[in-house]
Amino acid sequence: MEQQEAKALGLLAEYETPQALMAAAEKVRDGGYKRWDTHTPFPVHGIDDAMGIQPTILPWIVLGAGATGTLTALLLQWYTNGVDYPFLISGKPLFSWVPAFPVTFELTVLFAGITTLLGMLALNRLPRLHNPLFDVKRFARATQDRFFLALDATDPLFEDSSARALLEGSGATAVEDVPDVPTNENIPSWMWQVAIVLVFATFVPLGLIAASYNSTSTTPPFHIVGDMDWQESYRYGEEVPFFDNGQAMRGALPGTVAVGELEEDDAFYRGMDDMGNWLAVAPVEVSKSVLERGRERYNIYCLPCHGESGNGKGIVHERALALDTSGWLIPRDLTMDSIVTQPDGQIYDTITNGFNYDAETGTGNMAPYAAQIRPEDRWAIVLYVRALQRAANASIEDVPADKRSAL
Amino acid sequence: MSSQYDLEIQTALEDPTSRPHLVMGGATFASIDDDVAGVSEGFLKKTSLAWYAMFGASISVLAMLGAVVVYLISTGVGIWGNQSPVFWGWPIVNFVFWVGIAHAGTLISAILFLLKQDWRTSINRFAEAMTIFAVCCAGLFPAIHVGRIWVVYWLFPIPNQMEMWPNFRSPLLWDVFAVSTYATVSLLFWYMGLIPDLATFRDRATSKIRQGAYAFFSLGWTGSSRHWHRYEKAYLILAGLATPLVLSVHTVVSFDFAVSQLPGWHTTIFPPYFVAGAIFSGFAMVLTLMIPVRAIFGLQHIVTLRHLEVVSKVILATGSMVGYAYAMEFFVAWYSGNPYEQFAFTNRAFGPYAWAYWIMVSCNVISPQLFWFKKLRQSVPALFVISIFVNIGMWFERFVITVTSLSRDFLPGSWAYFQPTPFDALTLIGSFGLFFTLFLLFIRFLPIIAISEIKGILHKQESHH
Ligand code: HEC
Repeated sequence: MEQQEAKALGLLAEYETPQALMAAAEKVRDGGYKRWDTHTPFPVHGIDDAMGIQPTILPWIVLGAGATGTLTALLLQWYTNGVDYPFLISGKPLFSWVPAFPVTFELTVLFAGITTLLGMLALNRLPRLHNPLFDVKRFARATQDRFFLALDATDPLFEDSSARALLEGSGATAVEDVPDVPTNENIPSWMWQVAIVLVFATFVPLGLIAASYNSTSTTPPFHIVGDMDWQESYRYGEEVPFFDNGQAMRGALPGTVAVGELEEDDAFYRGMDDMGNWLAVAPVEVSKSVLERGRERYNIYCLPCHGESGNGKGIVHERALALDTSGWLIPRDLTMDSIVTQPDGQIYDTITNGFNYDAETGTGNMAPYAAQIRPEDRWAIVLYVRALQRAANASIEDVPADKRSAL
Repeated sequence: MSSQYDLEIQTALEDPTSRPHLVMGGATFASIDDDVAGVSEGFLKKTSLAWYAMFGASISVLAMLGAVVVYLISTGVGIWGNQSPVFWGWPIVNFVFWVGIAHAGTLISAILFLLKQDWRTSINRFAEAMTIFAVCCAGLFPAIHVGRIWVVYWLFPIPNQMEMWPNFRSPLLWDVFAVSTYATVSLLFWYMGLIPDLATFRDRATSKIRQGAYAFFSLGWTGSSRHWHRYEKAYLILAGLATPLVLSVHTVVSFDFAVSQLPGWHTTIFPPYFVAGAIFSGFAMVLTLMIPVRAIFGLQHIVTLRHLEVVSKVILATGSMVGYAYAMEFFVAWYSGNPYEQFAFTNRAFGPYAWAYWIMVSCNVISPQLFWFKKLRQSVPALFVISIFVNIGMWFERFVITVTSLSRDFLPGSWAYFQPTPFDALTLIGSFGLFFTLFLLFIRFLPIIAISEIKGILHKQESHH
């Protein structure tokens, strides 16, 4: 018996009505006790005074959370739409208060609302699934139809016999010890091990993603969802069974010209004068920048065959010789006399329509480049070819006198 | 037993000097526990058959919804009738319909709480649950309507591979924030209210599993007065937060329409008119659900005829507001002198969708006017039938608004009559499956009435004697 009393964590008194509890609470309060509580199935009004409970600071915490929500929302909207990715809509300011209002309001309420619940629980030290009071059988009625007063043995004034006398004299229907039932609150060690393994396991997929993100690969990226990457549609140049000419692309109707594509100017677009003769001189202004452009385009489109200096010995040519010389048509040396003497318009025409090329069969000596190179760039290439020809056929006299010694 | 309550109700209603008690039948704290917890505990005994039948039906409908959604995602939104020019077809209609219903719960719990309307206690838990399940149904529609659901996270300001942010000046984005905040706060509010009652369930539990589950979710609640003190403060704060929130949600939903420049949508009357409509539809749904539940589970003495009558008065008031808004829309169209606006409204009432318009008017404007008659307000069958009419009418309201304006806009060349497909109907029906499945689970496992609050009311009633 004595042992049991030594172990008790406190005393629990039961009352039948809220009024009885309230009277008892006043007595305990006046007795100077500090560590005690009452437990009721519903909030009993007036008990706060009877127990001397101080107002909670919860409202202030919620106020702080709400203000944080307001600020977060404003910063979020200002930064995302005004700074990081400016959204210009109908010329309106990138950030303004009125359209920012709804989201600001919602986030304020959201932050405050979540904090209200979590704050209430935290202040109440909940969740607390194990509570010594639950070991007292009759305490189950605290959430049903009985009213309890619990006095903690750790209260400085607590002294078993006097406390018991106080409670018994307060109209309690029963007074009982809160037993100290030893429970094993330690989490079993295997649970820790599993938890540690699980925590590390969560980093594996993230690591894999990061690794693949920071490396290159020769295979196409892995798509979980194809989206519109693989569509059942015909691509340019593909063959289809259902059109007369078997081509997927429909092309322009015969005799029609698309807007802006009339190309009236024979000199510019075809390199001819009104009589149908080749233009001797390119109909474009010659300048350093045009020549630079010509060099750039030449190096992209012509160099592989005709070579960097125009001598007809480009890498495609070299490669063709290395593999198999039969049937390879040697690209022409662009600096040879017969081409030096050609009018500009003719070289332009070679780029546009190819050389000895049959559009019907798609065969010939050199294919046309009209599809790849715009007219003004073709002229720039012509001018650059002229420059190459000058360079290839130059004599020492062409070099300024003061630079000759450098050669 | 029920006849005894009826008698009590009758005398209480007939005596104009005294208001009938909110809780009847000589209830005690213990008897309230028995009655409410008994619904969940006594399941295997009396009411189980009806429940299992209803649950079986709902879950089959839910499974059908699942199949439709899988088909939709794997095929595309083309399985619905959404077609030029009506790209906002039934999915948006259904979304607004469900969000509207979701308003009653928080309104009852928050606004009526602040107004100290004690009668709310009998129905608030129920209405809050309804709110949450309706928000689930509502949220479903925009989510599946986006088409490519796997990139639905683009709706939220999350850093993504496009290095783009959502447009914060779009009402559709406001909607994302409004509805998700509303869902979260309603859930918190509901859960917080549940904690003490879950503890009651825990302490009454006879099986270990039941006890463990309720213990877990009641977080170790002991009914400590120090806890109650903070709890009540928190409840008051949440009510204060939820009150403007509930009004904001349908306001923002109405912005989806009102901020765009379409005749029939671009009007400032939309926010208040939508909010009134939402409360109207939400309360109707409360009646539709509450009437059968209180009859089946014998809760007539907790949810009394007086509660139903008060709800019907709210329906009458909000229904009249909605009717006023319908009339005002026509007035504004005429008064504006804007030919497009005038056309939009003539077209609504007399165009190809006139049938839908007049269904809406009869259900929403005419049927609630019957509640002027006390006899009908106190007749349970009449309440039930009218509440169903209101549900139908409010679905049609959203249909009329969405479809009539879109199907005939500025360019007559693009006009077309909207044709829903069978999948439109199946998704709508399926959403009811989702709703009722959740609802039946709620009835089965959770306290459907706020036990601790009812005890508080009972205590108050007794102290006045
Ligand atoms: C695929 C290799 C190839 C490319 C690329 C190429 N050519 Fe040629 N080019 C040839 C061949 C082959 C011939 C004709 C050789 C023959 O017929 O003997 C030729 C001939 C020519 C001729 C001589 C035509 C004549 O009238 O004698 C000119 C000028 C010419 N190319 C200019 C160009 C220009 C400018 C480019 C760049 C836009 C270019 N080529 C790109 C292969 C190429």
